[in-house]
Amino acid sequence: MDLLGINPILLIASLMVSATPILLAATGELVVEKSGVLNLGVEGMMIVGAVVGFITAVTVESPALGFATAAIAGALLSLIFAILVLYFKSNQVATGLGLTLVGLGISALLGKPYEGIKSPSLESLDIPLLSDLPVVGRMLFSHDAMVYISILVVLLVWYTLKHTRLGLILRAVGENHDAAHALGYKVIHIRMFAIMFGGACAGLGGAYISLARVPQWTEGMTAGAGWIALAIVVFASWKPWRALVGAYLFGGITVLQLNLQAAGVAIPVEYLSMSPFLITIAVLVIISAKGNHGAPASLGRLFHASN
Amino acid sequence: MIYFEKRLAPSRATTIVTPILAVILTMIAGGIMFAALGKDPFEAIRIIFWDPLFDPNFADYSRPQLLVKAGPLILIAIGLSVGFKAGIWNIGAEGQYIMGAIFGAAAALSVYPTESALIFPAMIVAGAFGGWLWAMIPAVLRTKFKTNEILVSLMLVYVAESILASVSQGLLKNPDGYGFPGSRNLQQYPSAFNEEVFTNSGMHWGVITAFIAVIFTYIMMTRHIRGFEVRLMGEAPKAAQFAGVSTTRLIVFCLGFSGALAGLAGMFEVSGPAGQITIDFNSGYGFTAIIVAFLGRLHPIGILLAGLLMALTYIGGELAQLMLGLPGASIQLFQGMLLLFLLATDIFTNYRLRFQGAS
Repeated sequence: MDLLGINPILLIASLMVSATPILLAATGELVVEKSGVLNLGVEGMMIVGAVVGFITAVTVESPALGFATAAIAGALLSLIFAILVLYFKSNQVATGLGLTLVGLGISALLGKPYEGIKSPSLESLDIPLLSDLPVVGRMLFSHDAMVYISILVVLLVWYTLKHTRLGLILRAVGENHDAAHALGYKVIHIRMFAIMFGGACAGLGGAYISLARVPQWTEGMTAGAGWIALAIVVFASWKPWRALVGAYLFGGITVLQLNLQAAGVAIPVEYLSMSPFLITIAVLVIISAKGNHGAPASLGRLFHASN
Repeated sequence: MIYFEKRLAPSRATTIVTPILAVILTMIAGGIMFAALGKDPFEAIRIIFWDPLFDPNFADYSRPQLLVKAGPLILIAIGLSVGFKAGIWNIGAEGQYIMGAIFGAAAALSVYPTESALIFPAMIVAGAFGGWLWAMIPAVLRTKFKTNEILVSLMLVYVAESILASVSQGLLKNPDGYGFPGSRNLQQYPSAFNEEVFTNSGMHWGVITAFIAVIFTYIMMTRHIRGFEVRLMGEAPKAAQFAGVSTTRLIVFCLGFSGALAGLAGMFEVSGPAGQITIDFNSGYGFTAIIVAFLGRLHPIGILLAGLLMALTYIGGELAQLMLGLPGASIQLFQGMLLLFLLATDIFTNYRLRFQGAS
């Protein structure tokens, strides 16, 4: 056992990497849920993003294009969910689950020929000056671009929801779709937009796993990250900055348990690898025990304009 | 202009027609997918849906397999359907299935190699208890702390998978297994072996239990007050509250019932077709059962038929892998598409299509 071998600087640096996919997916899902729709298909959209991003990046040797196509793929998959839920008025829980099953199937099918290949590596973006700082520089300012983009997405979502007209309308639709409809807002269109934004974010998050974190393709590689992202939205009480905190906390736990595994701690590997899920459940319990915590009032409810 | 108008009551005819329509649509979409993979779509569909039952070369092997695969699917789906009807979403049946298998196998292995007629009944109790216990975690958290049962039950699947990996390499590992992971094979332990009741029929005790569960649930949902409470809670939660239905008790009941049935399914699987606890013992029945529950319209008889159909896609899928080299994932995708088509066609049950001229 070699606990001293765990380097805290590397730990925090890899924490940010490990948190980025979940952060992206959770932020996207947060927007979806703010509009009053619960999409349980995050896991499916992530893994499709992972495989499509990987295939593109390997084929054209450009990670940037990989991320772009992953976002498009995620959004397209979420479009299926959007059409079913919004136009065919299907049950949101069941449809989300269906989307996850379909996503897992598609990804396994598409990814088969690409197993065992390594993806082109992502360049780290050494931020000038800041990355030269001692300790903090390595820790915070020399990651690849996606780490910073994910934080920018959080910033963008926070600003849009809180300070723009679009955000206000989106929240109105999520809180009371009948009232929003009566005011003349296009409930269906706004939700469609929100769902596709969520899909694109989940796709990006998935691609980050297959292009940066691992970086190769294996079947089922998201391994529950999408579900964790859903839990983090609840943890965050539907507030973007708290989603950031939640994702980084979770990333921290994941990295720490991996480090403990590598250090050869006397706890069996299986117990360490289940710890992130157990801790997520514990956190969910603590949050939900505190009572009403800002869930959008129309979340999961069916909207039917009756004229 | 075309639009949907809400029906006053769900249409009975479309309730029956829509699953069939969904199956046909899935066959068409699946056929397109098979064609895109470079296979003859008609041949692929025939191999999946026809050959396992009627081809002289395969039917003798495939027909019993139908029951072997349908048994756990029906057993799990029946349990889930009760909760789904009440709006209680246990989507972690896969975890409860694993725990049922571990508990059931552990009960047998703890007394190995004693032979007794009591061992198998004890395993049944242990298996149901294992699944029930695992489902009680989301149930208690939901009733005590209002924690979302969807997320908790799902997270517990990953925890159960870790436990499975742990016990198959440790606690339940076969001491005579030359160091390979995995438990003793229960098929070679007569008291614990879940044998076929009729030779070469595929009908093991789990399949019989599944049929009993179908009948039991049918009676409960149509004749018993508990079934009425479940339906009331799902269709009109406010009315259920005023009628004095205890939400807490209903949540505990629905999760416990589905957990126990999933646990039973796991126990019958490990003591019969699978034979032993291994790292990759679970094969996604817990998730496929969700499709079965919806395909069967959350109705016991429907689930029975849906379970058989879904079992057919498993067996036909394996056959298609063998005969056409169709990737295994395409069957998974096929099953997923079925659920989505089903949910899409579902609208005709509660809404009718209206055409309106210029007014």
